[in-house]
Amino acid sequence: MGLVGRRAWKTIESILLFGVGLVFVFPFLWMFITAFKTMPEVYQFPPSWWPESWQFNNFRIAWSSGPFLTYVWNSLVVALGTLILQFLIGVPAAYSFARYRFKGRNMLFGLSLIALMIPSQVIFLPVYVQLSHWGLVDTLWALILPFGASAFGIFLLRQAFMQVPDEVIEAARLDNASEWKIMWTIMVPLAKPVLVTFGLFSFIYHWNDYFWPLIMTNSDTVRTLPIGISMLKAAEGGKQWNVIMAGNMILVFPILVVFFFAQRHIINAFVYQSK
Amino acid sequence: MQKAMAASDGMLLQKQARRGHLQVWLERMRPYLYIAPALTFFFLFFLFPIGYVIYLSFFDWSLLNLEEMDWVGLDNFKELLAESDFHQVLGNSFVYTVSTVFLGILISFFLALWLNRSARVYGIIQAAVFSPHIISLVSIAMLWMWLMDPQYGLLNALLEMVGLPGYTWLADPKSSLMSLVLVSIWKGVGYNTIVFIAGLQSIPKDIYEAAELDHSPWWRTLTRLTIPMLSPTLFFLLVINTVSSFQVFDTIYVMTQGGPINSTNMLVFYIYEQGMDFYNGGAASAASVILLVVVGILTLLHFRLMGKRVHYQ
Repeated sequence: MGLVGRRAWKTIESILLFGVGLVFVFPFLWMFITAFKTMPEVYQFPPSWWPESWQFNNFRIAWSSGPFLTYVWNSLVVALGTLILQFLIGVPAAYSFARYRFKGRNMLFGLSLIALMIPSQVIFLPVYVQLSHWGLVDTLWALILPFGASAFGIFLLRQAFMQVPDEVIEAARLDNASEWKIMWTIMVPLAKPVLVTFGLFSFIYHWNDYFWPLIMTNSDTVRTLPIGISMLKAAEGGKQWNVIMAGNMILVFPILVVFFFAQRHIINAFVYQSK
Repeated sequence: MQKAMAASDGMLLQKQARRGHLQVWLERMRPYLYIAPALTFFFLFFLFPIGYVIYLSFFDWSLLNLEEMDWVGLDNFKELLAESDFHQVLGNSFVYTVSTVFLGILISFFLALWLNRSARVYGIIQAAVFSPHIISLVSIAMLWMWLMDPQYGLLNALLEMVGLPGYTWLADPKSSLMSLVLVSIWKGVGYNTIVFIAGLQSIPKDIYEAAELDHSPWWRTLTRLTIPMLSPTLFFLLVINTVSSFQVFDTIYVMTQGGPINSTNMLVFYIYEQGMDFYNGGAASAASVILLVVVGILTLLHFRLMGKRVHYQ
């Protein structure tokens, strides 16, 4: 291939690359553009590529169509509450699996890993029946407790704890530090990168989750943001796409911003499961 | 006096000895105490429900009145398997899964081969392709519903711009299932691509150098070297994608509600509909058990694969 051929190929490749990027990014851009259009502009065919006038009002209509402050609050409580519980339960379990030899360790570890692979969609029905026996359906507990122990988190933390050199722990034991203290004040800080990775994964997962809150809640006081957003479709007569897209921006925008700044971290967090 | 002191000394010693025992015992139990909370949660929310749903599938029951459960043996399964609606649900799940997994993996494989370069542009495109993976499915469903709107949607506008007739997308039972497949592929391709790229990067460079020295043509390098070296990654992705395809619910619930005429009704949505809308707990739990068996088999495959990988490290 000559120099001209190579340059031509480079140009073609650049165009193709741009095209691929567009296929994945443009739908989000379209969400953004639609969110600012007026109704007549939404129903203009062929569509306009840019809003004629920026309708910030769409966001106000979306926000006031339901108790959105409550939804956002519930989403934060669920995502952060789950994360904290997973941390408190996961750290001792991971420390134990990583640092102690005891009878049944491999069997119990294998058993916990099974939980990693059972999708919640498969067992939601029995869990629902169970939670309704306990009177927890339609409470925030129903959204937090079932995810309290994260097999993925334990798996990640165990890997991190196993990599801490024995000398570090021996030195602390010589200083008469208790095991409990070693775990929280020495091991946990050393596992910070893994904690960030897992934190991002868990938070995004629960912030986005639609299925579980849909099943477990039916009153406004405990609904989360994805449920509120999905109700816009019914509330706005089904076809007010500008308002619906504005509502979705509220859900999507924070995640996209975080993704923009912590791309590598987030990609690693989501792809780590494959390693 | 002395006697008393001796006695109390003895008691103290005994107490210390007992505390010593307790401490030794606690020390021995420590590993178990640390994992106990996690195991309790796994038991309550994963292992017990698996057993419980199997148990429930032998009863006729409904969420309306949980006190009243009638033992019916295998009747739920018999009825389910005799029902033509359920046959369609199984068929839809099968077609959806095979199309999503096959096309999704094929596309990501070629994307990975192409994008596995270190220049900055490729990194940006990788991130762009990955971005739908971290967005809530509910937003993706609504966004694509809007894009696929038969009258005003962007997709038909684009088709018209290049002189093609508009497509029916979700409105027609002939095209609805494939429209959901398209959304699922769009969301999933980025994840698969990144996993493939990680796999590609773990292949030792010197093998490629050797192939180059042998003047091996690119397609032979691809089929004889790259694909075999990627087979663990490929197998992992097959399992993961199949499991997640069987889980599909959000897009169905938001975009089609299983319609038109049942053309997009699949297993999880069917379970939801039977259990939560029609209060037919028997059918819902029997369908859950069938889904559980499918996912269970795939999970065991995955687990064995993962076990192998853990050993390698």
